Amino acid sequence: MKTKPRTLIALDILALILLGVSSYLALVFAPTEATMGQVQRIFYFHVATAWVGMLGFIAAGISGIIFLVTRNLKWDRVEVASVEISLVFFFITIVLGSIWARPIWNTWWTWDPRLTTATITELIYIAYFMLRQGIEDPDRRARFGAIYTLIGSVSVPITFMSIRLYRTIHPVVIGTQSAEAQGGFNMTSDMRFAFFFALISFTIIFVDLFWNRIRLGALADKVELLKLKVMQ
Amino acid sequence: MAEQSITSKPQSLKSSYWKAISAIVWKDLVAELRSRESISAMLVFSLLVILIFNFALELDIGTRRTVTAGVLWSTFAFAGTLGLNRSMAVEKERDCLDGLLLSPVDRSAIYFGKAISNLTFMLIMEVIVLPIYSVLYNINLFNPGLLLVILLGSIGYTAVGTLLASMAVQTRTRDLMLPILLFPVVLPILIAAVKASSGFLSGANINDIFPWLRLLIAYDVIFIALAFMVFDYVVEE
Amino acid sequence: MIEVKKLVKRFGLKTVLRGIDFEVQPGEFVALLGPNGSGKTTFLRILASLSKPSLGVVNIAGYSLPKQSAAVRGLIGVVSHMSLLYNDLTAEENLRFYARMYGLQNAGLRITEVLEMIGLDLRRRDLVRTYSRGMQQRLTLGRAILHDPDVLLFDEPYTGLDQEASVMLDGILQTVAKNGQTVVMSSHNLSRTEGLATRFDILSQGKIAASSTRDELGKSNLLKFYNQALAG
Repeated sequence: MKTKPRTLIALDILALILLGVSSYLALVFAPTEATMGQVQRIFYFHVATAWVGMLGFIAAGISGIIFLVTRNLKWDRVEVASVEISLVFFFITIVLGSIWARPIWNTWWTWDPRLTTATITELIYIAYFMLRQGIEDPDRRARFGAIYTLIGSVSVPITFMSIRLYRTIHPVVIGTQSAEAQGGFNMTSDMRFAFFFALISFTIIFVDLFWNRIRLGALADKVELLKLKVMQ
Repeated sequence: MAEQSITSKPQSLKSSYWKAISAIVWKDLVAELRSRESISAMLVFSLLVILIFNFALELDIGTRRTVTAGVLWSTFAFAGTLGLNRSMAVEKERDCLDGLLLSPVDRSAIYFGKAISNLTFMLIMEVIVLPIYSVLYNINLFNPGLLLVILLGSIGYTAVGTLLASMAVQTRTRDLMLPILLFPVVLPILIAAVKASSGFLSGANINDIFPWLRLLIAYDVIFIALAFMVFDYVVEE
Repeated sequence: MIEVKKLVKRFGLKTVLRGIDFEVQPGEFVALLGPNGSGKTTFLRILASLSKPSLGVVNIAGYSLPKQSAAVRGLIGVVSHMSLLYNDLTAEENLRFYARMYGLQNAGLRITEVLEMIGLDLRRRDLVRTYSRGMQQRLTLGRAILHDPDVLLFDEPYTGLDQEASVMLDGILQTVAKNGQTVVMSSHNLSRTEGLATRFDILSQGKIAASSTRDELGKSNLLKFYNQALAG
């Protein structure tokens, strides 16, 4: 059996280091924001995890389409990996967002379009895993999974638009006066550095997790195949 | 290569696309008119939902105006899953789905046939619920705009619902799966339909309602096209 | 009429059919024998275009599966263990529905003809749910032969039939065989097929273990042949 590729090990280490450094940048290096105070530091990871969630969401949709075209179960593993990562990271985003919203908006939860859409996406992911769990045949499981991610990736943007037709109180981060009144702010150059560093670090963390999860899926299939061989 | 052997090949039957769709709709309507299982279940269920809302929300005159659209669409959404599940369960009961798949028709014709009969059942249920609701709460619901919204909303709902129900029926948990799969993706329909309906009921400016109508139409078109493209993958093995 | 080469069918990682070579001449009546789980149903589902081969070639009446499934579907009639009938429709309505799905001309005449053939003419206006198992099975057969297919595929047609209904099914199958239609019938019941089939193929663990025509078999016992094939 193949051992873990060197590049992947290197990527694991790099991801860990980047996570450490961006934590330092966000928690220590970046200046404390004037009006919001310490709690604003959540913002760096909040946006970065949301970004990873988005990457996973997009990757899931794309791998779903590729699976339906190629019918290669490899793409099913990619899809599951994307959905799992996106599920976890959107969850972190929502929790971080709530912690931030408590002092700033004075509530744990608001029905803001982005927050609500992220939550609906989580529900779609849960439905996705329940659907897969109810199907024995791996090929059908993969097909239905791909179809459902496809439906999800079309409906989620429409959901977002339709919720946005309602009033929004989510801060538009960089910019206008009214945004500032709602909890938006202007970033100093140090803040901006911490922000983009976190964004890039989390992208690399995403790639690392993604790779590991796909590899795990392939190994699980191999174990399954060996089990079948032994039984026969 | 194909040309050479074509004379030796027996001529194969092929039903026309529209004929196959209408055959499926005819079959579902005949069976439903006889048993009335699906529509009566949806109807009784929707009346029960309205009853529950009545006590849950205390639908007094003041609240009624604002929540009518919401109550109606929640009712339709919940009751609709009964019809969708039943419609696919009938196909699965004696492996009739295999019977459909064995016919020399395009798979998407099967989808459209089922979707049209599901839509018909849903509209019949809605058309009966509306006057009952009107009488119960003394609200005039005979508003052409509202009827248009109901039509557009039901089209989108059944377009996605038929696709997901034909998936759900092939899982271990069967009918349990449908609402869980359906509701999170059909949410835009419900948001837009509730907004547009209450817009029409409160006599709002058409310019305020129009974005919601546009959203409904866009959703309908997108999801009919999507279902048309992926239905093959739902039924093939 | 039917030509199958190196057919392999996998469900995910599990291989159900492992390289089947199978050929049927026009007018042959082939009994496909084998224990439960040997892959009979899967094989027949592939011939019926309901399931796609993972590898290998399947040709029916010169049309190749799965590419020309639509053409193949118009030429085959299928009877499975399930009735494929709608309980809330009458016998006549069931047949009329399928006549439309097959695009039959003069459907009315053909339906009457078929109903007479299967002896359900007098009960044509009764709901299928009021039928006994035997009558349902006869109607299932009527459904399968409605469009006068060149190839008939039967999957365990005797399952769940009582003695009387089995005898009736024998009679109908004999008529079908005399008509010169090509038949492939799976069964685990040897005595039922002994008098009908012109050839016996034994399927074991996803492969054709043995094949013998009735003439070759001569006076020797089908059961002995069957057991030998399974043993070795």
